[in-house]
Amino acid sequence: MLLRHTSAEPVERTGLMINPAKTCQPIGAMYAALGLHGCLPHSHGSQGCCAYHRSALTRHYREPVMAATSSFTEGASVFGGQANLLQAIDNIFTVYDPEVIAVHTTCLSETIGDDLNQIAIKAKDEGKVPEGKYVIHASTPSYVGSHVTGFANMVQGMVSAFSASTGKRNETLNIIPGYVEPSDMEEIKRMASLMGLKTIVFPDTSNVLNAPQTGKFRMYPKGGVTVAEMKATGDSKATIALGPLASDLAARKLDTLCKVPCHTQELPIGLQATDRFVDTLRKVGGVSVPESIAVERGKLLDVMTDMQAWFYQKRVALFGDPDSLVSLVEFLVALDMHPVHVVTGTPGKAFEQKIRELTAHLPVPVNVKAHGDLFLLHQWMKKEPVDLLMGNTYGKYMARDEDLPFVRFGFPIFDRVGHSYFPTVGYMGGIRLMEKILDALLDRKDRDSPEESFELVI
Amino acid sequence: MKKETTMSDEKNTAAKLEKIKAEILAKYPTKVARKRAKQILVNRKDSTGKVPEVGANMRTVPGIITQRGCSYAGCKGVVLGPTRDIVNITHGPVGCAYYSWLTRRNQTRPESETDENFMTYCFTTDMQEEHIVFGGEKKLKQAIQEAYDLFHPKAISVFATCPVGLIGDDIHAVTREMKEKLGINVFAFSCEGYKGVSQSAGHHIANNGIFTHVVGLDDTIGKGKFRINLLGEYNIGGDSFEIERILDACGITLVSTYSGNSSIDHFANSHTADLNAIMCHRSINYMAEMMETKFGIPWIKVNFIGAESTAKSLRKIAQYFEDEELKARVEEVIAAEMPAVKVSLEKVKPRCEGKRAMLFVGGSRAHHYQDLFAELGMETLAAGYEFGHRDDYEGRKVLPSIKVDADSRNIEELHITPDAKRYVPRKDEESLKKLENEGLAFREYEGLMPDMKENTLVIDDISHFETEKLIEMFKPDIFCAGIKEKYAIQKSGIPMKQLHSYDSGGPYAGFKGAINFYEEIERMVNAKVWSYITPPWAAEPELSANYAWVA
Repeated sequence: MLLRHTSAEPVERTGLMINPAKTCQPIGAMYAALGLHGCLPHSHGSQGCCAYHRSALTRHYREPVMAATSSFTEGASVFGGQANLLQAIDNIFTVYDPEVIAVHTTCLSETIGDDLNQIAIKAKDEGKVPEGKYVIHASTPSYVGSHVTGFANMVQGMVSAFSASTGKRNETLNIIPGYVEPSDMEEIKRMASLMGLKTIVFPDTSNVLNAPQTGKFRMYPKGGVTVAEMKATGDSKATIALGPLASDLAARKLDTLCKVPCHTQELPIGLQATDRFVDTLRKVGGVSVPESIAVERGKLLDVMTDMQAWFYQKRVALFGDPDSLVSLVEFLVALDMHPVHVVTGTPGKAFEQKIRELTAHLPVPVNVKAHGDLFLLHQWMKKEPVDLLMGNTYGKYMARDEDLPFVRFGFPIFDRVGHSYFPTVGYMGGIRLMEKILDALLDRKDRDSPEESFELVI
Repeated sequence: MKKETTMSDEKNTAAKLEKIKAEILAKYPTKVARKRAKQILVNRKDSTGKVPEVGANMRTVPGIITQRGCSYAGCKGVVLGPTRDIVNITHGPVGCAYYSWLTRRNQTRPESETDENFMTYCFTTDMQEEHIVFGGEKKLKQAIQEAYDLFHPKAISVFATCPVGLIGDDIHAVTREMKEKLGINVFAFSCEGYKGVSQSAGHHIANNGIFTHVVGLDDTIGKGKFRINLLGEYNIGGDSFEIERILDACGITLVSTYSGNSSIDHFANSHTADLNAIMCHRSINYMAEMMETKFGIPWIKVNFIGAESTAKSLRKIAQYFEDEELKARVEEVIAAEMPAVKVSLEKVKPRCEGKRAMLFVGGSRAHHYQDLFAELGMETLAAGYEFGHRDDYEGRKVLPSIKVDADSRNIEELHITPDAKRYVPRKDEESLKKLENEGLAFREYEGLMPDMKENTLVIDDISHFETEKLIEMFKPDIFCAGIKEKYAIQKSGIPMKQLHSYDSGGPYAGFKGAINFYEEIERMVNAKVWSYITPPWAAEPELSANYAWVA
């Protein structure tokens, strides 16, 4: 057994986290910054932070993930990192020529209290920031929240740095897509365009972290929201923020700064959440839902109808990030599945409350934990077994030990491809999710069926 | 498709390489250029074989995109990561533990289904804001207690992350207290990420910690006539398994590997071995030095990367033991293994010969893997380490002339003296001298540069910008580095082999490993995919010219 020391009996732990279901803020900030065109993310801390974040993002996307670091040494840790950051800004603009440097902090620079805003102003004053270029920043202490919090903080940083109101509102909608894959961001744009809406989606990692092989490396790939677009977000008619934890902060900031009204809702994963997204697009955008979108919805519904038997009352354990889990649980419930064990590593009791509401009517008890870990989830699974496990690649160790069908969902996925190219948001994304769940369940059925009941037609 | 003519198709001359160096440096601000000038060299050897002095183990300039990681990564990730039966608790916010959880592909093989194996687990104190403000010692104590209650391990170790050092948590006091309370071995590493200038500091801290807290705890002399430790081999992709297989076939007993496929029990007993054989000099030479001083175990440098190098290393070990039977056994094993290697080479070499490689990794692999490329008939155009020191480049003879800077001075240097009871010189001075005269070098590592051809480039702590320039100017046939570099290089149309994690491959050590590597490189440099980058419509410029004319 790979996790041979995991017993079935959960005991309360207050000191030790075992097999986390979250990671730290800066990686989320780095990911968000990559969704800004021409931007080089910068990690203000020890070299290791930047190396670890780049490695993890690279393994997940199989794409270049460029970022720089302040390379703290013991001296910088004692005397403050200002000199390092100023030097870094100078070097980065000279050598790597980005349009924007997006600096995020680490637990190190937060603990010593470096003031990024003051350092950014000083860099500008000292002429280290060329004309027309920018240094933006976000505070992302690793000991608060999770990678999702870091994403939210950097998106807010983008708004604070760029969004401006010229006083002339236009018909454009801002969409903050949440901590989702580049494929999902692409899909959100596609759906909005089918609705006939002009949008600014930010951040936008499509064509950055799923860029084509062209034989030529581009330090700053073609994708990403541009600085001009970011500035224009202040004149948009409204902001739709998808995924409260990842996107609400920036949407509210935009409301505060530029009086752009915001509508925050769940990530459009699954039927109902996508319905609400489309309906919000319709109402806020002042358009009607086109036939093409209705057709996609109908297709999703059709697969749900056709394959209902295979979902019915299947017990599922799942782990991931709060925003995506809430929508996913709602979808699984709509499929008549039973999501019985739900864990996120990200702290926040609102998550537990939300999952409880979504599963309140199920005929089975549901375990849910925020700021939990995979050790606890595994113990729950041992005690009350499930038919399916969904989560990131770390789930494969539990799936193998418990001999369970496993669907990869979330971040990080280190051992499969697809997530960068095929969305799980929207109606078509819902079909893909069902396909993945069915593949896992039916492959297992085919593997385990006695020969006489091994079926050609399912 | 015919390859474009590039500079390296002609003979590289020193002047040409100096020009490339100048071109690279021209991009940097003056201060950075001055520093990088010391770290980018054209390899030369004077009449005595002396190579130029390289700038190494120096700080990376902030903002210059580096391959390097931190001290924690070197300590917890590299050296302690591959040991299966220690509960390694990372004291800090969640990230550091998370990123070092199973990502290095260290394999392990517990002796039974029920033997301890914690490598699939990730343990962290997950410090929150309140712990940063009010201190994390209480939480750490509780975490150790919980780990003990849940798993009853034989040892628990604690690794400090950056904020721990800053807020002043005394992790050593906590582990001392818990060791006494629990009656098991509990110890800590002050490997905060900001220490030193790279992972290298963490290796040193790890060596010190294991030596202080574990080595020598078990004096049992095990079976075996020829008992050695293998140092600096981390069982990535199963390398240790292959080396274990070969040593076993030769009748050489492996007391402990530092630290591939290891148990803490092996470390505890490792001072009973009669020879330390070092693979990765950078990460583990401290251990060999300390074991020699305290217990009298000599060390030699070996290299099991490359079939010829493996054979050579086995012969060195046999030579050390001065045993004719062992020497004969080693020759038998080499003779039995080599035919398969030759068969593979005959098949693969014609498709690789003449191709050119660049290697920028680690503290030893950029050197060792040149042997495998040489066996394939491939040329190494440029190489360098991510975190090597001058001795790894120029050889240990430069050790006395290495200036100790402030960053290195902060890493504790243990003062070791011979153990009153257990110091037993394995060979007297006379027989060591005799062996040395016969060509067996003790306490010696020649370094990468003397082994590389003249008029090749040596670059320490290569930056992203320099990587891009090398690719543009040389268009090598394969580039070796780590995961962060992989896709930037492949997006340039050049196959990239990870030599930290081996991508998903391995083992590459030993005889079978050499065959695996030959086949892997043959696949990579000849893969069809590289020929499809230009779409058919872009291959016919006439048509577009025609349109342009019409317009």
